[in-house]
This record gives sequence, C-alpha cells and structure tokens, in this order.
Amino acid sequence: MATRLPEAASVTFSHPDPMVPHLYRVLRTRWDTGDTFSLELTPEQSADIPQFEAGQFNMVYIYGVGEIPISISGDPARRDTLIHTTRAVGTVTRVMSKLKVDDLLGVRGPFGSAWPVETGRGKDMIIVAGGIGLAPLRPAMYRILAHREDYGRVVLLYGARTPADVLYRKELEQWRSQFDLDVFVTVDRATGNWRGSVGLVTQLIGRAPFDPMNAMAMVCGPEVMMRFTTMELKKRGISGDHIYVSLERNMKCAIGLCGHCQVGSLFVCKDGPVFRHSRVEPLLTKWEI
Amino acid sequence: MKTLESIVAQHPFFNGLAQPYLTLITGCASNVVIKPGELLFREGEEATQFFTIRTGILKLGVLVPGQGEIVFQTIHEGEIVGWSWMFPPYRWHFTGRAATELRVLAFDARCLLQKCEADSGFGYEFMKRFSRIMMERIQATRLQLIDMYQTRG
Repeated sequence: MATRLPEAASVTFSHPDPMVPHLYRVLRTRWDTGDTFSLELTPEQSADIPQFEAGQFNMVYIYGVGEIPISISGDPARRDTLIHTTRAVGTVTRVMSKLKVDDLLGVRGPFGSAWPVETGRGKDMIIVAGGIGLAPLRPAMYRILAHREDYGRVVLLYGARTPADVLYRKELEQWRSQFDLDVFVTVDRATGNWRGSVGLVTQLIGRAPFDPMNAMAMVCGPEVMMRFTTMELKKRGISGDHIYVSLERNMKCAIGLCGHCQVGSLFVCKDGPVFRHSRVEPLLTKWEI
Repeated sequence: MKTLESIVAQHPFFNGLAQPYLTLITGCASNVVIKPGELLFREGEEATQFFTIRTGILKLGVLVPGQGEIVFQTIHEGEIVGWSWMFPPYRWHFTGRAATELRVLAFDARCLLQKCEADSGFGYEFMKRFSRIMMERIQATRLQLIDMYQTRG
C-alpha cells in the first residue's frame, strides 16, 4: 500500500474572525541591515499573542496605509511578543520602518501552513536560506534547537548578497559556535576583510555534512534561489518529497477567498506558504502562472 | 608515507580516473603550501599551472580601484582552480589569495598540455572533467549576475 507523504503542517485559525485585525503596540524596533528591520510587538487586548507555528505569517496593517503579509520570525515558544522582520521596499513597509516604540498597528493571523519540524524528528535537518528568507526559517531553528536531541545533524546554509546584508548576524555567530550545529554562511561578493565563503548558497550544499538518505530540507529565499537549491539538494540525493519550500505570492485575504495568491489549484495563503517541493515543483516553472 | 600519486588520486577531481592517466598526471604535479594572505597567483601574470585544493580556502578576486580587492568566489577543499593556462594569452584573469593556510597540488601546464597532445584519450578525459567544472562555474556566475537578493520595490 502506498504511504501518504506528509504535507507541510496544517494549522487551524486561532481567532474567531480572521478578517478582523487586532491592535498591537511596538515594543522595540531594530535595523538588522541597511534595508531590513525587525519589529517586536505586544498585543493590546490580551496578555499573550496567539499560538503560531514556525513558517506561518501574519497580515500586518498600518492604519490608513495598507496591509501586507509578513512571516513571523520570532520564537514560537514565546507568547509575550511577536517579531516580524521585513525589508523597507514598498509603501507599507517604508511607513512601518518609521514606526516608533508605543506606536500601534493591526495584526491578523497567524495564517498558513508551517514547516514540518515535528515530522523531521530523527532526521538530519538541512535549512537553506537566501537573503531575507532566513526570517521565516528562524522560528524553525528555534523549534529544532529546543529539542536538539531529537534530531540528527542540523545544518544551516545561508546566502546573502554582501557581508553587510547578513541577517541576524549575532545569532548566526552564536549558532556557529555551538558544537552540535553546522552553520555555513556565504555571500555573493565581498571585500577583503570578509573571512567567510564567497559564492552562491547552492554551492554550499555539495560540502554540507548530512546523510541524504535520512534528511529533510527546508528552503526559503527568492524563488529562483529555491529552484536551484532544490536541484542541488536532489543531486546530493534528497528526494523532492523530503524538501519543503516557502512560496511568496500577493496575499490579500489570507484565508483562501480572494484568489490573489492562487498558483494553479493552490492558494499560497491557505495551502501554503510552506509546501512539499514535489507538490509544487510543476508549478514553479510555469510561465503562465 | 603517502606517495604523491595517492594524494592526487584522493582528490575528487580525479575520481575514477584510470591508473595510467593518474600516473601521467602525477608526473606534472607538485605539493605547495602557502600562508594566509599570500598570493597563489596574480592577475595579469603568466598562467603556467592549475591547482587542486587539498585543504584550506582560496579567495578569487579582482582589484577594483577605490574599493580594493573584491572577492567574487572562494574555492574550497576538494575543488580546483585555474584554466587560464589552457587558452591564449595564458595569463591569469584574476588573483588567487589564501584565506587560510592552503595546501594545494600544483600541476605544470606545459607538461600537461604535452601529455594531452600526445595521448588524445587522456586529453579528452581531462577536458571533459574541466568542462564540467567550467559549466558549473558559469551557471553559478549567471545566478550571481541575476543578483537575486537585490531589493525590489
């Protein structure tokens, strides 16, 4: 009998009306790189934030400006604050980047599927992130590290544009200093004082230490980076059934009603954003969608 | 004690190479160790060798006035570097500097070219291996050119 493959972990709504934003107050702001910032938020109307799973996203609403989807980048075990990391590139995120402590904004969520961290127990975990793609994967790292003994090797491969664009630098250094983690960071180009690797994140895969026959990979970054990363992972011997990717589309309602984020027969907001690669692979190279 | 031929045979670039060819190649090889920060080769100089990395990291870069040396790739253990010796004008296009202590095997270009010319089977095998590396590097360069992490509003 055929075994049913695990999809990305599905999660149910935690709020009664998922279209109503809840008030959050800015606790802290931090610039992570020249164009990327993190907001630490606390709920106004309750003590705890809704329980979320690694890989899920919220719709963040700047009143009078607009609403955008942003992955949650904090620790799922922490219920007191919500952390979002994003780039200041559009109308909403530029205004968001100027928010100050005690400013208010609206949050709906959490929405979407999660990284199948639980399914990976007993396996080598390969986490591949490109650019700001590290933000949605950070909660998965926290989850894995909280139960480190349940996993085989844990390998984080991270690629950024330049050394100045490396996200969560202190945390990466801390993870790299741990004896039970393999952390490799590479940049596309560097000046003389950078001591790490230079080249594409895909080039780290060939020399990463893991057993492809007993490994699960979670990949997040620009879609072209994910395409080539999955190719390299498969070359190493990991099946597409054990590779998970997080897709990004124009999400509006976040509950699979409006159709803005539709890819083929899937709604990225509801069926994703985390998908088993073998499920979405045929869709990723279709120009028409 | 390890022989030079056994060291050559252990490098992934030569995986599966027939014994007579390994012996031919080893005849052109020598061991080189350089310290961190030292140059393995310099842009514009005559390219008379290629290298397989045994241990350590090599930075490939180019000098940009006002910005210093811009590193666009690092070459690691198990990889190879250098094909300027194969085509005119036989000069290094970039600079190779040791990022860490570097142990490499250096292969003499003239010696290899003569052996490739004399034995077309050997030459074909050798060029196939180099072509694969070239293709991988070109593909990686194309992806770097896309600048996929660039901020787009």
